[in-house]
Amino acid sequence: MTNTIIWTVAILTCLGLLLSLVLFWVASKFKVEEDPRIDEIEKTLPGANCGGCGFAGCRAFADAAVKAGNLDKNYCPVGGSEVMNKVAAILGCEVKESAPMVAVVRCNGSCANRPKINDYQGAESCKVKAALYGGDTGCLFGCLGCGDCVAACAFGALSMNPETGLPVVDESKCTACGKCVAACPKRIIELRAKGPRGMRVFVSCTNKDKGPVARKACSAACIGCGLCEKTCTHGAITVADNVAYIDFAKCKLCRECEAVCPTGAIHGVGFPKPLDKEAVKKRIADRKARAAEAAKAAVQPEVKKEESNG
Amino acid sequence: MLDVVIALLPALLVSFLFYGWSELLVIAVSAVSCVGLEWLIARFVMKRPELFSGSSALVTGLLLAMNLPTTSPWWMIVVGAVVAIGIAKMSFGGLGQNIFNPAITARVFLLISFPVQMTNWAMPTSGFIAADAVSGATPLGIIKEGIKSGLPIPEILEANGMSAVSILRDIGGSGGEISAVALLVGFVYLLIRKVVKPWIPLSIICTIALISLIFHGIDPDRFTGVAFNLVTGGVLLGAFFMATDYVTSPVSNWGGVVFGVGIGLIVMMIRYFGSYPEGMSFAILIMNCFVPLINRAFHQKKYGRA
Amino acid sequence: MAKLTFSIGGIHPADKKLAKDCKIETLPLPPKVYVSMFQHLGAMAKPVVTVGDSVKAGQIIAEPGGFISAYIHSPVSGKVTAIGPRKDLAGFNQMHIEIEVQGDEWAEGIDLSPELVTAIPEDRDFILDRIKMNGVVGLGGATFPTHVKLNPPPGKTADCLILNGAECEPFLTSDFRILLERTDEIVVGAAIMQKVLGGCPCVIGIEENKPEAIEAVRASVNRLGYPGIRVATLRKRYPQGGEKQLIDAVMHRQVRSGGLPIDVGAVVQNVATSLAVYEAVQKNKPLVTNTLTVTGDVIDPARQHNYLFRIGMPLSYIAEYAGGVPEGTVKIVSGGPMMGKAIANLDAATVKGSSSILYLGSSTLRHAATPCISCGRCADACPMGLEPFLLKRLYDAQDIEALEKNAAQDCIECGCCQYSCPAYVPLLDNIRMAKAQVMGVIRARNAKK
Repeated sequence: MTNTIIWTVAILTCLGLLLSLVLFWVASKFKVEEDPRIDEIEKTLPGANCGGCGFAGCRAFADAAVKAGNLDKNYCPVGGSEVMNKVAAILGCEVKESAPMVAVVRCNGSCANRPKINDYQGAESCKVKAALYGGDTGCLFGCLGCGDCVAACAFGALSMNPETGLPVVDESKCTACGKCVAACPKRIIELRAKGPRGMRVFVSCTNKDKGPVARKACSAACIGCGLCEKTCTHGAITVADNVAYIDFAKCKLCRECEAVCPTGAIHGVGFPKPLDKEAVKKRIADRKARAAEAAKAAVQPEVKKEESNG
Repeated sequence: MLDVVIALLPALLVSFLFYGWSELLVIAVSAVSCVGLEWLIARFVMKRPELFSGSSALVTGLLLAMNLPTTSPWWMIVVGAVVAIGIAKMSFGGLGQNIFNPAITARVFLLISFPVQMTNWAMPTSGFIAADAVSGATPLGIIKEGIKSGLPIPEILEANGMSAVSILRDIGGSGGEISAVALLVGFVYLLIRKVVKPWIPLSIICTIALISLIFHGIDPDRFTGVAFNLVTGGVLLGAFFMATDYVTSPVSNWGGVVFGVGIGLIVMMIRYFGSYPEGMSFAILIMNCFVPLINRAFHQKKYGRA
Repeated sequence: MAKLTFSIGGIHPADKKLAKDCKIETLPLPPKVYVSMFQHLGAMAKPVVTVGDSVKAGQIIAEPGGFISAYIHSPVSGKVTAIGPRKDLAGFNQMHIEIEVQGDEWAEGIDLSPELVTAIPEDRDFILDRIKMNGVVGLGGATFPTHVKLNPPPGKTADCLILNGAECEPFLTSDFRILLERTDEIVVGAAIMQKVLGGCPCVIGIEENKPEAIEAVRASVNRLGYPGIRVATLRKRYPQGGEKQLIDAVMHRQVRSGGLPIDVGAVVQNVATSLAVYEAVQKNKPLVTNTLTVTGDVIDPARQHNYLFRIGMPLSYIAEYAGGVPEGTVKIVSGGPMMGKAIANLDAATVKGSSSILYLGSSTLRHAATPCISCGRCADACPMGLEPFLLKRLYDAQDIEALEKNAAQDCIECGCCQYSCPAYVPLLDNIRMAKAQVMGVIRARNAKK
């Protein structure tokens, strides 16, 4: 009995030693030389492998960054500047600061604003629905409501609001990886600057139809009237293809566009106080009156001058 | 799925007539606990109530009941339901995702865990057909024991008063094993309703027949014959109702044939050379593992790609 | 003779040819028509008229926008009142020419007399030119420009012209009606196409559930005496009228994946196309009319109709003329119940290929999908021998490589899989997307070469 135990222990020990030698030999023989910085960077990254940076996962990101030696083409939207600074420290290079972004749903075609004109019965997928037909509302551009974006989000930041039928972004969870942007067949979701203290103004519509058509389909549609463009003193708004767009780099958050929009397509979020439309409108009117007076004053002497010359 | 329930009714009825109220209790406990468990798991554990399939869980429950001795205690049936629904089905993601047939997984689990309760087969005399309750071993069990003690098969049969005719009439076994005719009726119903295709059961039966023909021909003292092998044990129940489970069987016809031949082979190997008297459950479980592989190898004939 | 059929898959949906005994009626002209610039396969047509122009019926109003494209003619006489986007039946914006109807005056050179012209022009190029200039496209569903199909690339010859009179979709009866009422013209059209294809034999395939049509066409073929035309009885089975299935049934040949029917020497044309070819060549009449069935399981038999319509008539106008949308309708479909599209916008205009307005009741509503249990019925039903359940799984996993290996691109979108699925899984919806993705990958690869 004792013999058996001794033999068993002895053989197993020898076998283990022998195999560990083989493993050691194989490991050293087939070792792949890799820059240790790749591992280091990979550890620093969030590790969600979401692909928001445009690379096939965090490892690929690290690999590309080390190969390039700089971070010109690499930016991790999930980790943001904090992580990027760490990565830059490992690589010993500079990182371009970029404003924190957030996904913004640019459609306000809720069930109340945008009546249904038919019932969709196909597969519950926006992609399928968009390929099949123009959608169950009169709007060809708006949210289809099947939740492809919700399914695409790896961080649980998106959810469908059953009341409006539109997706809602949870800003605290959104990492601006851009997965939802790519998943939306109507390209409604956009990554926009989060804005100072989360304040931002955007056009919540992408309808390129002419005003009356868009308005008929959805009461909250941008009708491309251009009022906002004319009002904006910062040149941040452009109207193209019957729809306005606010350049968040130029927007100064004065909310004047929001006040003048006739359909309420322009949304301001994150502001501490609700918009006092009348006050802002009065402000605009005052400014316009002053400008008109100034113009009058500027024009009159010119006319006189011309007369005298003539 | 409701068609399968209907197809199982004749066999259930027969076993009820043979075994009486205790069998009805087994069926009821099994069906209720399977359906109830699936609902509970889908609703509260997975939090996806849409995964509750209803009739599919009922089929699992009925099949499980038909695989258990009529003397099974209620707690054992519930344990079986937990294994069938909880482990074999829902942990894989619910209906359509499981690799192994839930009812068979449960049966094998119970067979290994509670061998005494699981082999305490009542002779079919406790029901409305005869009055006295006797418990005994199944024919396959009797023969296995007999062979172990070195007796040739004809003698074993004689010693236990079993002739080829009496085997067809009154076989000790689980609820679903006792009436070949009732099972066949149910299967024919499934065929007519085009719920199942005949290839899998046919190939199982043919393989078993062929193997027992060969071995019985070589040594009739040691190996049982064709008819005996076909009607005993869970062969018919397994071939008609368990191996044909869509989820855990190959999709293509030829894949089904390979699957069936595999089951037939394994059953006969276990019966002739293994230590268990019966191997249908093991055979189906083992072949379940190969289904993804078989599906990969056998495809539909495609148009314009000859 | 034995009934012909294809060799793989197929289903047997209920026939429901409710409008089969309704004679073709001619619809009166609406106040306005809307002619889509996108009513054929290929490039969009380019308008050649401007707002304010007066046009006559049969006058060219748009020219082909590419090699695979077609001329479009004004279906009515009147004034062009607008050119711009208008919603088609799927609700997408499409360029339309709006014409206000004034009188019914036809352009010169169009023979409107009903006399049958049996003498076939000798010049092949003349025939092809007439077909092209009169905007003939395939009316079997795909609306592929006919002159392109009848002009095989060099090195390829047609061994057989198959005329598709299967009409395997339930409900539809327009092909059946023209086979009965315009038999001779269809047969002459077949003879013309035979001539263009170099005198190859022609098989007119008709499903067994239309014995009257088979008889009428047989009699006409015998009476007119063109050589090499015969009628074949096809088994009633869906999708018998699919191009690839029909070639398999009639010629026992299979078109290779990615190939064209002409690769195996087959040219398939619909019987309605044959009628259009006859009118274009013998009468110089452009394709501005077609036959359409108004039917469904929720309208009573007296309100079923087969209409001769002008293209550009709004569907709502036709529906109104036929007595309005019947009660109990939950879905209106253009085309057959299997392959047709649900109409999201009844104001959409008819196009060359319109074949029906189908009112379907609540029995046709989709059921909520339950999990796939791998029963394999879809694989049994697929006439292309694909495994739809597998394709759906691969599409969900976005495994494009495996999708291509499992031939997602071969799908003919017949809907047999979805029809046969006991779990109501939206198979075709997903496979259609998968197919588009795989085709994109294949195209990108070919472009690189």
